[in-house]
Amino acid sequence: MSSKLLRKTASYGIFWIAVAAAGMSIDNSYYLQVLTFIGIHSILALGLNMLMGYAGQISLGHAAFYGLGAYTTAIMTVHYDLSPWLALPCAICLVILVAFIVGLPTLKLSGYYLGMGTLGFGMIVHIIFREWTSVTGGASGYVGIPPLELGAFSFSSSRNYFYLVWCTVLISIVLCQRLIDSRIGRALRSIHDSEHASKAVGVNTRNLKLQVFMLSAALAGVAGFLYAHFVSFISPGTFDFIVSIRIVTMVVIGGMASIWGALLGASLLTLLPEWLHAFSDFEMIVYGLILMLVMIILPQGLTRGILDIYERSHKKYFK
Amino acid sequence: MQEALQYVFSGITNGAIYAAIAVGFSLLYNSTELINFAHGEFVMLGALILVTLWNIFKLPLPLAFFITVFTVSGMGLLFERLAIRTVSKPHPIVLVIITVGASIFFRGIGMLLWGKDSYSVPSFSDHAPITIFGASLLPQSLWILVIVGISVCALHFFFKKTLTGKAMQACAINKRAARLSGIHSEKMVLLAFFLSTGMGAVAGIIIAPITMCSYNMGTMLGLKGFCAAMLGGLGSLWGSLIGGFLLGIVEALGVGFFSSSLKDAIAFLLLLLILYMRPGGIMRVKEVKRF
Amino acid sequence: MVYENSSKQSHLIVMILVVLYFFCASSVSAAQTYKIGGIFSVTGPASFLGDPEKKSMEMAVETINKNGGIDGRLLEAVIYDTEGDPTKAVMAVSKLINKDKVIAIIGPSLTPTSLAIIPFAEKEGIPLISCAAGIKITQPVKPWVFKTAQSDVLAVAAVYQSMKNQNIRKIGILSVSNAFGESGKQQLQDQADQFGIKIVRAETFGAKDTDMTPQLAKIRKEEPDAIICWGTNPGPAVVTKNIQQLNIKVPLYQSHGVASPKFIELAGSAAEGIYLPTGKILVADLLPSMDPQKEVLMHYTKAFETKYQMTVSGFGGYAYDAIHILAKALEGSNGEREKIRTALEQMQNHVGVSGIFNFSKEDHNGLGPDAFVMVRIKNGTWELLK
Repeated sequence: MSSKLLRKTASYGIFWIAVAAAGMSIDNSYYLQVLTFIGIHSILALGLNMLMGYAGQISLGHAAFYGLGAYTTAIMTVHYDLSPWLALPCAICLVILVAFIVGLPTLKLSGYYLGMGTLGFGMIVHIIFREWTSVTGGASGYVGIPPLELGAFSFSSSRNYFYLVWCTVLISIVLCQRLIDSRIGRALRSIHDSEHASKAVGVNTRNLKLQVFMLSAALAGVAGFLYAHFVSFISPGTFDFIVSIRIVTMVVIGGMASIWGALLGASLLTLLPEWLHAFSDFEMIVYGLILMLVMIILPQGLTRGILDIYERSHKKYFK
Repeated sequence: MQEALQYVFSGITNGAIYAAIAVGFSLLYNSTELINFAHGEFVMLGALILVTLWNIFKLPLPLAFFITVFTVSGMGLLFERLAIRTVSKPHPIVLVIITVGASIFFRGIGMLLWGKDSYSVPSFSDHAPITIFGASLLPQSLWILVIVGISVCALHFFFKKTLTGKAMQACAINKRAARLSGIHSEKMVLLAFFLSTGMGAVAGIIIAPITMCSYNMGTMLGLKGFCAAMLGGLGSLWGSLIGGFLLGIVEALGVGFFSSSLKDAIAFLLLLLILYMRPGGIMRVKEVKRF
Repeated sequence: MVYENSSKQSHLIVMILVVLYFFCASSVSAAQTYKIGGIFSVTGPASFLGDPEKKSMEMAVETINKNGGIDGRLLEAVIYDTEGDPTKAVMAVSKLINKDKVIAIIGPSLTPTSLAIIPFAEKEGIPLISCAAGIKITQPVKPWVFKTAQSDVLAVAAVYQSMKNQNIRKIGILSVSNAFGESGKQQLQDQADQFGIKIVRAETFGAKDTDMTPQLAKIRKEEPDAIICWGTNPGPAVVTKNIQQLNIKVPLYQSHGVASPKFIELAGSAAEGIYLPTGKILVADLLPSMDPQKEVLMHYTKAFETKYQMTVSGFGGYAYDAIHILAKALEGSNGEREKIRTALEQMQNHVGVSGIFNFSKEDHNGLGPDAFVMVRIKNGTWELLK
């Protein structure tokens, strides 16, 4: 057991060293910015991965929680002139509350019907962002969100924000990992394999699904908070249906039920458009082809194959 | 009164189009348990190919119609062969992401072939709008209703009366049992793709004269069709029809009696309510597969 | 984890390359060209704006270079596509500033993408000339941000003036539910009182909607004297067709968002008799020869149409104006950003495609009411209204 723990700690350590090294060695703020976006997308993908990969429930409306987090902090900091650090817990609480209210009836659905239910919810939230002009700034967007500051320390430079985002990623990873390794994690996987069977052995599947849904929404809300204070401008277009689909794609491409997969998926989908600029008008064709090919060749996702081997050797060692 | 009737006419016209798209989703879901997120793109291809054949090559309309449907169906077949069947362990969500990739791919193709501009085509027939109690009904709306009606009846006949159709249904009910009784299930999947994308092309063709066609018209239409299919009950032919008309009429009435900016929100709210009350859609089909 | 390591490596390589590049380039090539960034929505829903803008920018740069560049230095355009997505726009602006080391940026094409990148341009202190219509971009004035597209304030004023002349008192509004339509609707509501016009009903439609008859039926019930549709293609073309189908006889006004020959093509016979405000580009050949813009307009139209074999619209003109204004500001600046900014702010009487620009400390758009003319569609072409 202790060696397993050691390995986990070591992997976090390596991860943190890599982040720190990247932060220190990269001077160009463009690369730092790309990495920051990768971090924000990773938090989104991590959250959805908990829901899709471990609890086996799909959500096609995750951009709504992302947006709720962003809009809550925007409105609280600009309109009510509150500190962002006060807005953060409020945003998280609001997102969790909304997830609870929506999840209660929606999670009774399954499969594509659940997909449709969450998609409908996402569309409604998007329309509210767009039409409630007096509060959300409407389709033109919300300007002037202040940068984050902690006392005299400002996160407005790309490097500081990069560290902030990746610290959050690390915290999210640790949180998700601990959850997966716990009793809850085992119960979750049992839901993924068969909901009826897990019910039969006494797992309260309804509550558990709802809790994971709320956790995953909360992570999306945090990502929205980070996005809003980074870009300092938000508009409904950033939180529409296409974005929800993109988050799902990140999870599946990276490999479901794998924490590092979510990271890899988020990185690939953020970097791909940057790499494909050179194709100009052919960009969409190449992008679509790459998505299809990855899924055809590696239906388990990018990391799954590698991770399977890793986990198997792990288990052997453990036994 | 006059306005209310106008809303209903508009709702029925849009509803028929949503229904045609929803039928495409349902047909495919029935035999493959797959939701094709690229379906809207086949609608777009149908509309744009018709524009090319009818407006630019000046083919007679019926000929252009059939060539368009068969070209798009052919692309559907190729898509199944190259992208769907090649997956070794098809998990439903993996196939869904492949179709998401395909939708981006097809949009890219559409943009290259037809450019970024919109196109418009004239009505199928050159009659003046018909006025009923002060509300105008377009001849094109009648064309849409007639063509959707014929297609759905033909599909119904196909499933109930022909051996191939029955074989397809058998596959949909139980793939293994169908295979044991000698039905070539892979051929049936291929046929399902053929019919589904063909229906998509039909929807694209009938919508072309009432709206503007461009390479990015498909996504929203596909989404609405997906909603309609869910509303009625995924996999049910008549359910799709009911779902389509319901969605169209609710949207139009939402504009008329509530607010035009919230019309989509009203439609989606209705969808959520129906799903909560009747998980499985109005026709309440068997529980769908989990991810 | 796997990724982080490899990314670290690749970034290390990139870093080394960048450093090498500086050693080699600082003395030789950097001195010879001025790099100018372009950010346009070349693909995606607003490609009708971004595509001609990109083409116009490339064309203008080519022409300037052919004539010997600026102060003996050639221009180099680096253009990225935003697809209308604010996040992509933010990435692109950072790439242009930090990686491509441009000295000024032109674009983006849309109001939300412009608003998204303004804080980054301001922070870095780099001249930005936006090609979007929204008034929020230059009001309040931001030191580094300019724009060449006519604001919707002017378009609305032109439409209302024309309505007032025709004694129109009650209007119905139908606007698209995106930033363009929203901003237009806002302006229409704000300025209505000033012209003694009453808005009897305001409705919206989705950018991808296929049928707007319910909205029109609802507006018809209020019996307005005229209907204004504020949107960009293809929605307004559908509205135009629907109005013909519903047999609504009141005059229809469109916005400058449809001011391209494409609109007449899409709406067909239904477009007859429609009024709209437009930059002078659409009616260049109808202008009296004494009009100061005529020469520029004719030149741009001819150059664009021969080079790209497509009909010209006012949209490409935003980028064309931006690059020419920037070129003027670059003269004698030696590529120093502050000098460029000051030169932009002091620019007077620049005759462009969209109008005559007079920038000042208070006005970073620089266009007056004469930037718009009202036209009517007649026999499938434009007719200039007096």
